[in-house]
Amino acid sequence: MNIIVCIKQVPNVKEVKWDPDTGNLIRTGLPSIINVNDKNALEAALVLKEKHGGKVTVISMGPPQVEESLREALGMGVDEAVQLSDKAFAGADCWATSHTLALAVKKLSGADLVLLGVEAMDGNTAQVGPELAEALGLPILSYALSIDVDGKAVKVTQKLGDVVRVLEADLPAVITVEKEANEPRVAPMDCVLEACEKDVPVWKAETIGADEENCGLKGSPTRLRKIFSPKVTRGQVELFSGSLDEVAEKFVAKLKELYYL
Amino acid sequence: MGSEMYFGKEHEMVRRAVRDFVDKVINPRVDEWEEAEIAPLHELFKKMGDLGFLGIRYDPKYGGGGMDYWAETAFLEELARIHCGGIPMAIAVQTNMATPAIDEFGSEFLKEKYLAPAIAGDLVAAIAVTEPGAGSDVAALTTFAQKDGDHYVINGSKTYITNGTQADFLTLLARTSENPGYHSFSLFVVETKTPGFSVSRKLKKMGMRSSDTAELFFDNVRVPAENLIGAENEGFIQQMMQFQHERFTVLPFSYVAAKRIIEETIEHLKKRIVFGKPLITKQVLRHRLAEWLSDAEALKQLAYHIVRMKTARQDASKEISMGKLLAAQLMNKVTDGCLQMYGGLGFMEEMPISRAYRDSRLIAIGGGASEIMCEIIARLEGF
Repeated sequence: MNIIVCIKQVPNVKEVKWDPDTGNLIRTGLPSIINVNDKNALEAALVLKEKHGGKVTVISMGPPQVEESLREALGMGVDEAVQLSDKAFAGADCWATSHTLALAVKKLSGADLVLLGVEAMDGNTAQVGPELAEALGLPILSYALSIDVDGKAVKVTQKLGDVVRVLEADLPAVITVEKEANEPRVAPMDCVLEACEKDVPVWKAETIGADEENCGLKGSPTRLRKIFSPKVTRGQVELFSGSLDEVAEKFVAKLKELYYL
Repeated sequence: MGSEMYFGKEHEMVRRAVRDFVDKVINPRVDEWEEAEIAPLHELFKKMGDLGFLGIRYDPKYGGGGMDYWAETAFLEELARIHCGGIPMAIAVQTNMATPAIDEFGSEFLKEKYLAPAIAGDLVAAIAVTEPGAGSDVAALTTFAQKDGDHYVINGSKTYITNGTQADFLTLLARTSENPGYHSFSLFVVETKTPGFSVSRKLKKMGMRSSDTAELFFDNVRVPAENLIGAENEGFIQQMMQFQHERFTVLPFSYVAAKRIIEETIEHLKKRIVFGKPLITKQVLRHRLAEWLSDAEALKQLAYHIVRMKTARQDASKEISMGKLLAAQLMNKVTDGCLQMYGGLGFMEEMPISRAYRDSRLIAIGGGASEIMCEIIARLEGF
């Protein structure tokens, strides 16, 4: 079984610091990590490989430092990694990203499965997986909690809010993996040491035959006008006392008084 | 910042893997182990051994990673992110306190029989040097190993032994000659299943609670002569060299933990409103925190200098002694000062700063007290 996993390198939001005077993010020294959901996709791919054999290839689009994340994935046991780095790719929105990833997947001669995390923790759009499936002309099985491959078909347990559904599709297919799907493995030292030695080719726009008009900022229909932190308005706190029912009644009355209900 | 000047890609990958393990496997269970006053070391070390974490610097022939001191430093820095001092200490006993002498001076037999399983996490190790009547004054040891044919017969006791209630083997320093001077001691590997060995009692401690500490008793314990590490009567010198590996661990443990404690305190002070303003706006507190961060950075740079010395195979005994001395001072200062900034909340046992305060107190005592560090520094400076 041939599996391709697409990962994104994101800032480690747990270690984000803010300038107290300007309110801006302090970017200097901010460590980067593999997007949390994408690690679940990597784990799912490795489990499928252990069960069915084959090869797992990881690809990531981003600046030169995404090599760190690709090597981290190799350390987890992934067989091969490809880095998509080109100035032409910079500033890509979901559409341009999925277009570029699709060209890379095709350049790799496709796969039985293409796995991604459900969404990236810095953008939270959850669009790249479905748009990649569209670009590849493959079925999309999103929000996967479990993945079972049987012959030429794949069955996925899908979590949509409180609803859990079971979906089936023929291979090849694209799957986005939920955080609850698994517990990503810790990279063992022998794989880590091997990962340091592996070749990670860098593909540019011309390598994958990408038209620069369809990549990066140029190819992105989305226009980002402004990024801002929402203003936090200080309100008054009112505490209700009494039994649970009394408190609930008082709370509802207050909401009505303030015209929220 | 600037650490990329020292750590290469492979070191950063070691760091990420260890960090991942600490976050997923260790930190979620620290509170439980602190409460139980013991951690399941066989279970924990097996997991770490399977991942290759217990022999990063050791020879691949025995299952080690064959990496350099920078990789070991990255490993130790990540252990310092564990939410207590006890577990990093227990792990460091396995990797940096009880096994370096076997690696450096041990026979092929000892490396195969004890070092390889320790690296694999199949055996738990402890270092047994201190005795009820001999701590920093190591030369005052009285536990005696009497040669008897192809065995040594050991009698005596050891105390304050980390991992002591769970260890499968001890790296033990015993007297092998009545002659005065340093050439009267030998290092042995002693299996704890040997008849005559017993754990006299498990000791209750002020801090480092998740790590078990024991008093051990040896009553005619017969150890095969092949379990002698290196040459007979040269154990004191070998242990002094092994101490360098042990003492170095304190540096990364301290500068990383100090920085984390300071950052947690800063977050608390930002939220704690006193007289209408967050406490962090008080200049006296800000300056104190800034000074401690500077001290932690200086200690880190000393540690990196030591790594460079060790890489160049230079003797770093003086610098390591200086580092351990400074690390103890830093941690005592930071944990005491930060606890003060938390006020009454910091005095509550449930608070991490309370645990850090209790745990840190050991640094100036264990592995050679601060006073001994000063004596070593003075002697090596020639006064």
